[in-house]
Amino acid sequence: MTTSPVTRKRIRGGIGESPLRPDGIPKVTGNFAYASDLHAEGMLWAATLRSPHPRARITKLDTAPALAVGGVVAVLTQDDVPGRPGFGMHVPDQPVFAAGECNYWGEPIAVVAASDLETAKLGVAAIVVEYEVLEPLTDMEEADAADSQTRRMKIRRGDRTVSGAVSVEGYYEVGQQDQAPLGNEAGLAIPDGDGGVDLYAVSQWVHSDHWQIYPCLNLEPEQIRCHPVGMGGAFGSREDVSMHIHLCMLALRTGRPVKMMFDRAESFVGHVHRHPARMWYRHEADADGKLVKVEARLILDGGAYESSSNAVIANAAYFAMGPYLCDNVFIDSVAVKTNNPPAGAMRGFGGVQTAFGHEAQMDRLADELSIDRLEFRRRNALGQGDPMNSSGQIIEGSLPTAELIDELASMPIVEPLASDDPRHLPGGTGLTTNPDHVKRGMGYGVTIKNLAFSEAFDDYSDVRISLSPIGVEVYTAAAEVGQGMVTIIQQLAREVLKIEQVAVVWSDTNVIGSAGSTSASRQTQMTGGATYQCAVELRQQILDEFGGDDLSSEGVWRDGDLLVTLAEVCGGGAKEHEIRYRHPETFATDENGQGDPHPAFAVAAHRAVVDVDPELGLVRVVQLDTVQDVGKVLNPVAALGQIEGGALQGVGMAVLEELVVDKGVIKNPNFTDYLLPTFLDAPHIEVRFVEEPERWGPLGAKGIGEPPTISAGPAVYAAIQDAIGRHLHRVPVLPQHIVGSS
Amino acid sequence: MEITRPTSLVEALEARAEDPGADLLAGGTDLMVEVNFGHSRPEHVIALRRIAELAQIDGNRIGAGVTWARLEKSDHRALAQLARTVGSPQIRAAGTIGGNIGTASPAGDGLPWLAAVEAEIEVTSKDRGVRRLPCSEFFTGVKRNALAPDEVITAAILPENVPTNQEFAKIGQRSAMVISTVSACVVRDDDGTVRVALGSVAPTPLRATRAEALIAENPDPSEAVLAEFVRTVSAEVSPITDHRSTESYRRHAAGVLARRLLERCLAR
Ligand SMILES: Cc1cc2nc3c(=O)[nH]c(=O)nc-3n(C[C@H](O)[C@H](O)[C@H](O)COP(=O)(O)OP(=O)(O)OC[C@H]3O[C@@H](n4cnc5c(N)ncnc54)[C@H](O)[C@@H]3O)c2cc1C
Repeated sequence: MTTSPVTRKRIRGGIGESPLRPDGIPKVTGNFAYASDLHAEGMLWAATLRSPHPRARITKLDTAPALAVGGVVAVLTQDDVPGRPGFGMHVPDQPVFAAGECNYWGEPIAVVAASDLETAKLGVAAIVVEYEVLEPLTDMEEADAADSQTRRMKIRRGDRTVSGAVSVEGYYEVGQQDQAPLGNEAGLAIPDGDGGVDLYAVSQWVHSDHWQIYPCLNLEPEQIRCHPVGMGGAFGSREDVSMHIHLCMLALRTGRPVKMMFDRAESFVGHVHRHPARMWYRHEADADGKLVKVEARLILDGGAYESSSNAVIANAAYFAMGPYLCDNVFIDSVAVKTNNPPAGAMRGFGGVQTAFGHEAQMDRLADELSIDRLEFRRRNALGQGDPMNSSGQIIEGSLPTAELIDELASMPIVEPLASDDPRHLPGGTGLTTNPDHVKRGMGYGVTIKNLAFSEAFDDYSDVRISLSPIGVEVYTAAAEVGQGMVTIIQQLAREVLKIEQVAVVWSDTNVIGSAGSTSASRQTQMTGGATYQCAVELRQQILDEFGGDDLSSEGVWRDGDLLVTLAEVCGGGAKEHEIRYRHPETFATDENGQGDPHPAFAVAAHRAVVDVDPELGLVRVVQLDTVQDVGKVLNPVAALGQIEGGALQGVGMAVLEELVVDKGVIKNPNFTDYLLPTFLDAPHIEVRFVEEPERWGPLGAKGIGEPPTISAGPAVYAAIQDAIGRHLHRVPVLPQHIVGSS
Repeated sequence: MEITRPTSLVEALEARAEDPGADLLAGGTDLMVEVNFGHSRPEHVIALRRIAELAQIDGNRIGAGVTWARLEKSDHRALAQLARTVGSPQIRAAGTIGGNIGTASPAGDGLPWLAAVEAEIEVTSKDRGVRRLPCSEFFTGVKRNALAPDEVITAAILPENVPTNQEFAKIGQRSAMVISTVSACVVRDDDGTVRVALGSVAPTPLRATRAEALIAENPDPSEAVLAEFVRTVSAEVSPITDHRSTESYRRHAAGVLARRLLERCLAR
């Protein structure tokens, strides 16, 4: 027996484990620096003047009185924008400041920089603005009739003349949800003294900000550097530019660092929201319970500017039917433009709205056919190799819809509560409800979501790995918004390089190329995929160079013997490798929505059990049982966290969360009246994973962030209707809907 | 901003008499929200927390400075029930019954109980001494009350022999940490008469006197009387539609909730 003088340490924190997050302890002990904690010597504070009207013509704008306020250093308006007048995720249709006309309530008109925040606010109050108030366009049907839209999208697939033995029709409305991330928007811009600027501001995608900012500033791309910062959540609200251009303009104008921080109320108007929707559906099935035809009309309200409406409406249309086989599909959808608060990205991205519609339709059809609701879904389950019901794209990756449904059916059903602890009854601590007032209901939600960017978008993530004797550094511009990207990158790098010490270096736009957005359930697959592949290639390069067969923190090995130490491998420096990782190419669809627009799909299935007090219209969600298609579990705790959190966001949407918008004005921009679920509103959640590897991404892992948000809501919505024995056509379901009063 | 920190009621009353424009601060859970929203910019704050005599419960006298955290353990069943529903543990640790009375919000959860047990609000000033006002006189409108600029709310004074048979409940869309869309308190005397008070359904806490009269006539109500009770309560309230709920839901729910509380009282 030969023994090597050096033994290989087993590494901890690889794939399949749940290592502690490096930012976990700092976060819970209050030591983590969020964007709102940023500070620079001599910095100014900025505040924004916002439109008090959803639509108005600005007839007078006089900033001189603000400049006269002691401590105010600069006041900027659209006249001060040095370059392109507008910005936008897809088209630059949103002016940096309202110019001439305000198009939504809260639209920025001017920004003020001053010695402190209070003075900046005094400066804002001193600006003289006169408005000619105009009638806002706030009804989505009226907007559609007026052809005020960003994109119409139709799906024409199959034969419209066929019909099934049974047919159900339904109309559904979805209210406007907000991402409500706990950390408010904040940022700091620091001039570099050379005409350029460094921006540290909340963002899900610093490169997209960068591409939008520098043309407006009329600078060379390298002159502005967007840096990743610490964030308390995002959920889509930080894909769009908010304060970014304003901060850069102020820093360049004043020559001093400038900080801005939204308070909760300003956060609610300062970021985009989920699109509210109205949907009409007709579903037809044959007597055997097979879907024959689906027709739908979908309207989503995109508010005043385009943001990502064109992609959201496409998603709504492509995923209008859920994960069910159907060959005859006819959908007309439109994202309209109104004077309502701008809508954009939010977890689930278009698929959330339609899920409420298609799942309700599936229940109605099953009932009509007297088939068990879950069994009906099982009979129509879409799977690998099938054509996608909307685009006709053959599903090449994994899609275990039927397996999920079987697994869900096998989960034990929660017993009625033995305890009469009022906190576990509808009404909770309000003590409204006795156990004998309660009716229990059960409902299902089975839904599908595309993963990563679609429709011919050049979707990639750049990663650079640097290996030295002290460990591994992974350079990326991916946004860590709290989801745990940092841990996944570390785990993947460790797994491949067998080196435990891995640091993620969050890099600015001059240091590394784009990682794409932290959205679309894509970062684990994209930046995780990039990390994995980059590590594999770097390892192979090193093994090739030294003729080894294995690499670890000790060095390069062959046949169990250490050939060279890591220090020797690195030769006093570091081994570096950089790659650009892409997913399989996708394509724009034709005028009928047919083609291959999506790189991958994931399904999720939920069963909700709710207790309802029908007389008072109060609901308690008791339990959610869920099975999710995750490809492969990389980090069990992180996967569970995404699913529990995502599901709770779906619960919130079904019964609590809604921005109340009255003629363009948000009535509840605060946490007093925008009701997020509390711990007491959180159901018990049982989670099972189905692991069928995806054709691309690290080790077959799929994105898991969005699917639970999509399927939880429809399950709860169905369970409430089951409990009261009546159809409801709107979410969130409010007490007055359940009791049937106006 | 100037802050005065009296340690006795006398000092507080003096400060108040000297500067009637000053804002009184107890737990700050209402006042600081106003400040944070920019609705209020106090120039002078008189902080009441150091005044030990305000924070005392003495027989039928509940000091204005008593926190909800303490009232959660009150022997008055409905007071304990409502105290438990105020905000979160943090809010209950800071917020006081006097602040709730001072704010005089239609949704103030303490107010239906005070109205149902027929408590009086005790207010004190340096120059005019002590006044005691019934709820119907103290609460004058939405966030308006009869407090004079030089007065301080010193206590809620309970009548002798508050019935032990009392129930409170509140409706909010969420299971906890929520503003009432309807709240109710029912108190039942040994002689079978009841007092019914409701919150969030009128500018001030509302006594459903016609519904009370109905039960006075029928202390052992039949199903028909109970149904009439629900209709009467619904007819007596005058709620509004706002971003939290609708007039018709509140009207309906007020009746249902009052009946449930009455039934709980009858069952004890
Ligand atoms: C997150 C949150 C949740 C809440 N939830 C609830 C709830 O569920 N139910 C509910 O009823 N309320 C709720 N509130 C409101 C608030 O907590 C209560 O009204 C509380 O009782 C106020 O008491 P305080 O001591 O904090 O008052 P403060 O804010 O200190 O004062 C409130 C007002 O009363 C005046 N005042 C205070 N003390 C006196 C006095 N001794 N004499 C004269 N005037 C006085 C003040 O000048 C001020 O105008 C909530 C508030 C928050 C922030």
